[in-house]
Amino acid sequence: MLRFLTRRVLGAVVIILAISFITYLLFFVLPTDPAQLACGKNCSNKVLVAQIHHRMGLDLPVYQQYWDYMRGIFVGRHMPDGQNCAAPCFGFSFANDQPIWPLISDRYPTTLSLAVGGSAAFLIIGVGLGMLSAWQQGKSFDRVASSISLIGNSVQIYFIGPLAIALFADNLGWFDHGHDPTWSSDPVGSLNGLVLPCLVMSVIFWSNYSRQTRSLMVEQLSEDHIRTARAKGMSSKYVFYRYALRGAAASIITIFGIDLGSVLGGAIITEATFGLHGLGTLAVNAVYQLDLPLEMAVMLISATAIVVFNIVVDACYALIDPRIRLA
Amino acid sequence: MTTLTKPEAEPRPQESEHFLSVRDLYVQFATEDGTVKAVDGLSFDLDRGKTLGIVGESGSGKSVTNLAILGLHNPRNTTIAGEIVLDGQELTGASTKTLEKLRGKKMAMVFQDSLTALSPYYTVGRQIAEPYMKHLGASKKEARDRAIEMLGKVGIPQPQTRVDDYPHQFSGGMRQRAMIAMALVCNPDLVIADEPTTALDVTVQAQILDLLKDLQQETGTAIILITHDLGVIANTADDVVVMYAGRAVERGTVRDILKTPEHPYAWGLLGSIPRLSASVDVPLAPIPGSPPSLLNPPSGCPFHPRCTFAGEVGGDRCATERPVLPEGRGSACHLTPEQKRDIFIQQVQPRLR
Amino acid sequence: MSEQVTLDQPEDTAPEPAKDGASGAGAGGGETLLEVSGLQKYFPIHGGFIVKRRVGDVRAVDGVDFSIAAGESLGMVGESGCGKSTTGRLVTRLLEPTGGKITYAGQDITHRSRKELAPIRSEIQMIFQDPYASLNPRQTVGSIVSAPMEINDINPSGGREKRVRELLEIVGLNPEHYNRFPHEFSGGQRQRIGVARALALDPKLIVADEPVSALDVSIQAQVVNLLQRVQKELGIAFLFIAHDLAIVRHFSQRIAVMYLGKIVEIGDRASIYERPRHPYTHALLSAAPEADPDDDGRERIRLAGDVPSPINPPSGCRFRTRCWKAQDKCATEEPPLVQIGGNVAGHLTACHFPEEPTITARKEDIVLDPALAAIEEAAEETP
Repeated sequence: MLRFLTRRVLGAVVIILAISFITYLLFFVLPTDPAQLACGKNCSNKVLVAQIHHRMGLDLPVYQQYWDYMRGIFVGRHMPDGQNCAAPCFGFSFANDQPIWPLISDRYPTTLSLAVGGSAAFLIIGVGLGMLSAWQQGKSFDRVASSISLIGNSVQIYFIGPLAIALFADNLGWFDHGHDPTWSSDPVGSLNGLVLPCLVMSVIFWSNYSRQTRSLMVEQLSEDHIRTARAKGMSSKYVFYRYALRGAAASIITIFGIDLGSVLGGAIITEATFGLHGLGTLAVNAVYQLDLPLEMAVMLISATAIVVFNIVVDACYALIDPRIRLA
Repeated sequence: MTTLTKPEAEPRPQESEHFLSVRDLYVQFATEDGTVKAVDGLSFDLDRGKTLGIVGESGSGKSVTNLAILGLHNPRNTTIAGEIVLDGQELTGASTKTLEKLRGKKMAMVFQDSLTALSPYYTVGRQIAEPYMKHLGASKKEARDRAIEMLGKVGIPQPQTRVDDYPHQFSGGMRQRAMIAMALVCNPDLVIADEPTTALDVTVQAQILDLLKDLQQETGTAIILITHDLGVIANTADDVVVMYAGRAVERGTVRDILKTPEHPYAWGLLGSIPRLSASVDVPLAPIPGSPPSLLNPPSGCPFHPRCTFAGEVGGDRCATERPVLPEGRGSACHLTPEQKRDIFIQQVQPRLR
Repeated sequence: MSEQVTLDQPEDTAPEPAKDGASGAGAGGGETLLEVSGLQKYFPIHGGFIVKRRVGDVRAVDGVDFSIAAGESLGMVGESGCGKSTTGRLVTRLLEPTGGKITYAGQDITHRSRKELAPIRSEIQMIFQDPYASLNPRQTVGSIVSAPMEINDINPSGGREKRVRELLEIVGLNPEHYNRFPHEFSGGQRQRIGVARALALDPKLIVADEPVSALDVSIQAQVVNLLQRVQKELGIAFLFIAHDLAIVRHFSQRIAVMYLGKIVEIGDRASIYERPRHPYTHALLSAAPEADPDDDGRERIRLAGDVPSPINPPSGCRFRTRCWKAQDKCATEEPPLVQIGGNVAGHLTACHFPEEPTITARKEDIVLDPALAAIEEAAEETP
């Protein structure tokens, strides 16, 4: 297991380095001079651009630039113009010349909470529904659940988001409208503000998960080892939870691992729908303003998050399936 | 043993005298294409400590029968009729709870493919211990000790450490041994072994068959051995039922079936297998055609379309009238006993030498 | 059932079957068609920490010598992992040998490229185990059987379709079924299609890898009889690979017994089955199930455990870990495959301490399996 994990972590480091290098090339080397962008849309002062060029270190060789950038993330850096940038340093925003990290650290709790909360919601609802459907296989509950799943699969966050706000927040008053969490000062309020966004976000996922879970469970239940367990006198309930679910869980986790990217995407759309201030809105604004350092930082952090969560997913898979763990 | 050896004995003893008694068992599956008559009026008896071989090809209903005894069929699409009496207890109408209490404790099963039949997610030891804990209320520790004991008994080296292995860490032969250990952990009175050695190598098969036989002698359990291989039953079974298209076509002691078979299908089976001692110059005598579909089995005797001797029976009785399998030793065939004897001696026996 | 007529009474038309020994002795009988020497196939195992590298080999076939004469059938028996199937695939050059030499009709084909093999491909054909997986479900029987002719650009007189119909008739299928698809046939009939395909190019050698083991007993016999008729009437040589000793004996004039990538014993049918010398051959024969309640006359040998892994086979004699006669010499010195005293010509055995040439029951059974030994000993003590 340790060997397995070490290998995955080392592999992940290589992947993250590769991603960072490629993004760096894309953002800072390939397009027109970033200094021009940093200077602003209507900047025509050649001297000023050259100054910025130097200040950003763009006159150094590419590998040097990349090294400085990466080093800055871990130990901070002094920019050529003498500005100090504390670790983790992602450079300075083109838009307002502020260091990037505080902008992000301000925003990521919202996105992370949404992603984790939304995932929890769709996993619980989706897997739960799928299990119930498999248990009730062929009965009316199963048929109703699969119809609902089909509907859920075809709706969009920006469509049901406003509907949900109007119904559950405005009319019924069950939940708050949805606001950014402030976990340290107001945990209960934060939770309350996240319920609606998380539920709405989960809708586009759980329908898929309930269908996948149902078919995985049905498949597992027809496996030979299930029959063996029944032949030992184990009750259907025991066999369902201990044997079939364990087998299905391995596959569900794999699907979840593949979906991590979409989860992040879903979180960003949900932010926009509920007017929350997370990394999504930050990144969208960065794109509008051609704020390359900010875009780069958001991209790098999201990629790292996905890679890290993938390792967690792999570890869970290995815990569930000894054939992976002991191979 | 059944009353097979003395066929004209006084009125058949009461069913309850046999440890397991199956009477007129019908198992049908509803499928999209129609109703599959998987088992079509099957009867047999089995006594304690004896081994019954059920021989048949794929689709003969031999496996379905035994899933029905344990109540492991899918209740959604399966209908079962008839009587299954185990030690005086009727099983066909029994509740799920009752069956769950019997399964693993009084009757256990050994399946064919030990790689898929054991769960990949739990250790071998845990899978053996589970029924021991459930049925005998043993603690985790007791059950684990019992699992180690059983693994040792079936010949797994270093059972104390192998008990914590997962099935994929075992070889095929060892997995099958673990499966036998699992079936015997609660000392069941009946073990149903469904093609227990089909997936194994020849030398391992011999080990496992002998192990089953030796363990039976030690514990006195009754065994139903399901197989397609007449060679497998030769040294293990006491009585044999030959199944074809969901019906028992012949019944007798293992010696009856292998030495003086009466049913043309049994003749065909014996003529189809080459023997180590037979002359190599004589071609095999296969059964023509293929096994019938159970969606639409042939009328009358299900074997008549493939039977070389159907013409010897007067008229079209073979196609219209279902032959009855008598109690005890006998075969479900319209040929007269004299015809059976003559055909066997003149046409079948010479080929088996 | 009309289609069976041609098949199920082949004995009426079949010529006198070859007598044991007459066509035996392999190379000694007819002209040698296939000669294999020192054949090896190692499958590399990749592994390692972070960087993948070759950490070992599965020695599937590890130095195998045999030859097949024209028109002769060599049976190859052994348990899983013994390398018999791999050997078949090497001979047909579906696999590239790691070492050794394969000579077909005097030509070295060991490392020939696809292109260079083309003229020989038509002469060596293969029949596979699984009649369900080895036929393309989207092709008609006609196109399946004519495919080899198409690929090799062969145009028989009267056209390919006529030839295919002929072939279907030979294997006992209705030629009218030319346009049907494989799923419309039963398992046995599908295997007949496989045989027809193998026959399409008038092969001289057919490698049959477990051709009947996926079939029902009653169907097995049909296909065995068909293959036997094909072998005898068309004079095709066979490498007949199977795990069932009785079927191999029935089909082959000579037999090779394999264990863990090596041939441990090879010889004429009668010699191998009645006068085996290698302990493993004894164990195999003793374990073969025989549908006869009276065969107590055979010796009873019960080995312990399973076949070891071919990744790290035992040193010296590979069977020594399961052998009751093993001594120190067996671990250090690999026994050569030679004719040992008392054997007829062509009967070769690789054993330092060969058994007596008989299969009748011994005074004491050989029971190496610890579980069996323990139970049986206990039973003897308390009768």
